[in-house]
Amino acid sequence: MRGVSHCKVTVGVKEESLVLLIEVGPSMHGVLPEVEKVCCLLAEKKLIYGKYDEVGVVAFGTADTKNDLTVEVGGYENVTVLRDIKVVDGALVDVLHQLPRGSACGDFLDAVVVGMDMMIKKYKETNKGKKRLCLITNAVTPTRLPYEGTKEDQVKTVAAQMMAHGMKMDCVVVRAQKDWDVDKKIVEENDFLLGLLSHKSSSKVYVGNATSLLGALRTRNITPVTTYRGEFELSSIMKIKVWVYKKTCEEKFPTLKKYSDKAPPTDKFASHEIKVDYEYRSIGDPNRVVPPEQRIKGYRYGPQVVPISSAEWEAVKFKPEKGLKLLGFTDASNIMRHYYMKDVNLFIAEPGNTKAILAISALARAMKEMNKVAIVRCVWRQGQTNVVIGVLTPNVSANDNVPDSFYFNVLPFAEDVREFQFPSFSNLPSSMQPNEQQQEAADKLVQMLDLAPADREEVLPPDLTPNPALELRSKDPSANIPQIDETLKRITEPNPELLHQNTAVIEEFCRSFELKENPKLKKSSRRIREKPTGSSEEGEGVAAAGQAMDAAEYTSQVKVEQLGDSNTVQEFEAMMSRRDSPDWVRKAFQSMKDKIYSLVEDSVEGDTYQKILECLVALRRGCICKQEPEQFNDFLRHLNKFCHERHLDSLSDFLASNNVMLISKSEEPESNVPDTEARVLPLKNEP
Amino acid sequence: MDIDPEDVFGDEDDPENEFYQEDQKCVSHFEAAINSISVSLKTQIINRSYDEVAICFFNTKEKKNLQDLIGVYVFNVPEREDLDRPTARLIKEFDRLQESFSKQIGSKYGILPGTRDNSLYNALWAAQALLRKGSTKTADKRILLFTNEDDPFGDMKGVTKLDLMRTTIQRAKDAQDLGISIELLPLSKPDDDFNVSTFYADLLGLEGNDLAEFKALAAERFEDIKDQLRKRMFRKRKVRRINFIIPGGKSIELNTYAVVRPTNPGNITWLDSAERSFFCSDTGALLQDPPKYFQTYKSENIMFTANEVSDIKRVSTGHLRLLGFKPLSCLKDYHNLRPSTFVFPSDEEVVGSTCIFIALHRSMLRLKRFAVAFYGNSTHPQLVALIAQDEIMSPSGQIEPPGMHMIYLPYSDDIRPIEEFHTDTNLAPRASEDQIKSASSLLKRIDLKNFSVCQFANPALQKHYAVLQALALDEDEIPDVKDETLPDEEGLARPGVVKALEELKICVYGENFKQEDDDTMGSQKTSETSNKRKALKELTVSELKHYLNVHNQPVGGKKEALISRILTHMGK
Repeated sequence: MRGVSHCKVTVGVKEESLVLLIEVGPSMHGVLPEVEKVCCLLAEKKLIYGKYDEVGVVAFGTADTKNDLTVEVGGYENVTVLRDIKVVDGALVDVLHQLPRGSACGDFLDAVVVGMDMMIKKYKETNKGKKRLCLITNAVTPTRLPYEGTKEDQVKTVAAQMMAHGMKMDCVVVRAQKDWDVDKKIVEENDFLLGLLSHKSSSKVYVGNATSLLGALRTRNITPVTTYRGEFELSSIMKIKVWVYKKTCEEKFPTLKKYSDKAPPTDKFASHEIKVDYEYRSIGDPNRVVPPEQRIKGYRYGPQVVPISSAEWEAVKFKPEKGLKLLGFTDASNIMRHYYMKDVNLFIAEPGNTKAILAISALARAMKEMNKVAIVRCVWRQGQTNVVIGVLTPNVSANDNVPDSFYFNVLPFAEDVREFQFPSFSNLPSSMQPNEQQQEAADKLVQMLDLAPADREEVLPPDLTPNPALELRSKDPSANIPQIDETLKRITEPNPELLHQNTAVIEEFCRSFELKENPKLKKSSRRIREKPTGSSEEGEGVAAAGQAMDAAEYTSQVKVEQLGDSNTVQEFEAMMSRRDSPDWVRKAFQSMKDKIYSLVEDSVEGDTYQKILECLVALRRGCICKQEPEQFNDFLRHLNKFCHERHLDSLSDFLASNNVMLISKSEEPESNVPDTEARVLPLKNEP
Repeated sequence: MDIDPEDVFGDEDDPENEFYQEDQKCVSHFEAAINSISVSLKTQIINRSYDEVAICFFNTKEKKNLQDLIGVYVFNVPEREDLDRPTARLIKEFDRLQESFSKQIGSKYGILPGTRDNSLYNALWAAQALLRKGSTKTADKRILLFTNEDDPFGDMKGVTKLDLMRTTIQRAKDAQDLGISIELLPLSKPDDDFNVSTFYADLLGLEGNDLAEFKALAAERFEDIKDQLRKRMFRKRKVRRINFIIPGGKSIELNTYAVVRPTNPGNITWLDSAERSFFCSDTGALLQDPPKYFQTYKSENIMFTANEVSDIKRVSTGHLRLLGFKPLSCLKDYHNLRPSTFVFPSDEEVVGSTCIFIALHRSMLRLKRFAVAFYGNSTHPQLVALIAQDEIMSPSGQIEPPGMHMIYLPYSDDIRPIEEFHTDTNLAPRASEDQIKSASSLLKRIDLKNFSVCQFANPALQKHYAVLQALALDEDEIPDVKDETLPDEEGLARPGVVKALEELKICVYGENFKQEDDDTMGSQKTSETSNKRKALKELTVSELKHYLNVHNQPVGGKKEALISRILTHMGK
């Protein structure tokens, strides 16, 4: 009875329960692969962030029907419960991975009612505010007429029910750009009904592409906590009651725990966690243990350290009074955008306090009209040891149900701004000034490479763009290096479609400007490229070699110390043959490997492959010559893996087709690779 | 306090050698000079504590200097070279110097006819010798000359005078040739202005416009030394060199700079050693090796080594990849996470970078658009907005440098839908036209015309510096630091402002509204328990746990729970 063990009592838990309502009818088939992917990600994220969250899945538009309501009261056809509400597990991912393709028209209202019924049956009155329905539909097929009353009435009843049970609903309406033969009327009616539904305590987003769909699915519902509740003092005469919340806050991957293997393997309940213990000892008397609260801080004053005990500090430190005070209003143009210092807060009037809401609304709207902002001084908590100066900008709400509010951004103090001077562009030599034709090319590029065209939706709006790193890492932690899929590539790389549309503009731009490596620059001072293998030991090696080289410079003419971009192979060979230090061979190998990695990373559509091939052949020759076959073999294996992770299998194929293979025993006796295996590897992608 | 990893190298290590010289003659001038130096030292030890300083008096009775020159006294304290970083002891003893000066060093009237002792010449020589340390390439060497005598050779006559003047000016020129700059801080007498042209203009090599400018600024410079804000200075230093990849394969070179970063009170040095040890929480065994990491996934423990962890974090290559452009209106006020980073082009490695950058910069300014790019920084791969900033100049210099500011954009995971959180079923109240109008008139009344970001000093930080100085120098009183961030009470009490506020209040809150209503009601209701609860809230969790421990109560749970437990226990 596995199911039962999962049904733990849910009274008073913080965990969220969610029912996914997914339309799988014929009109959705085109986007279902994306939906599957996105839902899997959601489940995978939940496995990490919300291990105890409970999730159910309902598909509608299916040929079959399977739900409680159809048995109990009849109707509700083509709605299939794929999974009852239970704690997230691997099975959930499997369900979402392969959604059924339905053949019937989906009725999203039926699905919502089924979802609600599941919630109500499972939780009764409990878990208020933690219950969420998530509807994914394109809402292009008509809903059925109810047995009595109008559709509108029905929707209103449903919404009221949802409200009464403390349920929320997110509607994600998937609408691709080219929506062909849809009945405008139905779409309008559906949008109206969805609007009614989401009118109350819910949200509705329209998305047109997979990246936004990924961002729109709220994977984690954080119950917000106020930073401040109290008065916002315009002056001693007038005060407004406000609450302050965080509006943005960087979402981090859960920290990994340190692992202990001391527990016997038979112990199934071992936590494997590690406790960290600190012990402080007085420097004057190493035998004396100092309790943590008696530790003494020291601050630098010139070359000395001045000790300040916490008691002393307590007596004299800066202790402002809790409160928010208005300093004044100023033109919005006085506050430049780049002075915003931190994540953003939201100031809202005390909920339910009509007068406060009106006061905030009056101020926000006046500020918006006059293009002004307010400067405020904030002390969030009593006992806080610093003050915060920040700017309030109006957030006039477009939704009639949402009160007006302010965004709050922290501004820097005088001490925080560093007055660095930079040359004026007009004072730079004329060779650095763009000419008219170049300027025109740049203008065109800025205009045409448009991510927010007037007639279409904005591309990559922050509110709908998921964090690729978080998505990647929640994918499956056991697969060591994450894989970037197409959806997420839209975030890290330019959209090929957009580039394709503007090929002419881009080419014109590239033709207009010329870039070349600085010939005067000494090779040695050229930046050491970021190494993909990045161990600190290598870094030191290069630095040490650099010093040795300084000494060597006195005795000989210029020698190759770094591999450049143009004559890499020749420079590599020159470096290998240097005799002033035995380190050069090792360094040459290392530099060559780094070079190859950076070529791989920089490659666009395989334009660097030929060069990579030349470099690899040179490295191979070098390794045989210096009797270091394993250096090459290890590298090639690693490179293969590296390519695979970055979806550059085409490179592996290219290399294989050009006969780049491992160094075998017959070629070089030091090798561990039998002749028969030398060819095999490059084609096979090892984990 | 956030510690910005980009500032790891923030400490200055390039000494700027400053040099104080003094001409002691008129007591009030002497005091003024001593005070200003003392203030300046106290600022310097915080702002640029790696700068080195020597103090040297001339026209003194006693002599103390390496060359054994007459009339020159190099002031110093033990455990410090003559030219070295300022120490608390130096500042302390320098403050006390005024009392003991006549006994210890004594003064003597300048250059007297009949002797060929030229103390100004000697002083310049001594100074130059002191500044020999360090190369001019890495350090900025300066001599600051305080004097109230505009005509040091006034008592001399004829050839001797000319000769002395010539050698002194030559001495100064030699020093300047070695890369040492000489700055003069004249102290003028009330009835008799300091006439630079008499002698010092030649010594400093001032001519024409420079001379006029010098006269205008002389007094100001003296004040500047005294009124400096205590603020840690950072040398302009690029944080990172990045490649900005533009579609079509062009990759230009940019340098990033941290122009705005929160300043923290400086590193804490704990004055006791800390030992960290790891224990297995299952068996209690002491662990030696650096531990592996794990995460629970699908109820299995998945292991990572430290290397693997850093591998996972590295999603991208460190490049900045241009994705496209958007109008500035797409950048909302809540699209912010961290302080911005300034980017400026460089032709150091890739010639032509600056040209492309300037062209894009101009287009973006003109078309009012910003660039969206993906910044593959290894620790925070992020979408960024690049906003073009035009140069803004004022008569006193550059206010905003030209370039682009990189603003780190949040992802949907980082944005919280707070507005929806308190959505009511009913329509939200909206201000009426009248209410908005009276708010507008208030806005006009309380208008900060010339507000500039960062016009306020951080009161907490200034207090910290003041306390630090008082403790280091054993000062009895901790100087009061003015909190500039408090609202201008006087301004808010002006009748016009009060009237506008009263009007808005009546307009929004209604005639009979009393702000304090609910507060006073509340305070009457406050029972004894809630007073106690308040008092307990002031205590820390460890203090609360201590109480529970003593009374054999369980110590688990949040602070709220602990307080409730204590109250129940006390109620028994």
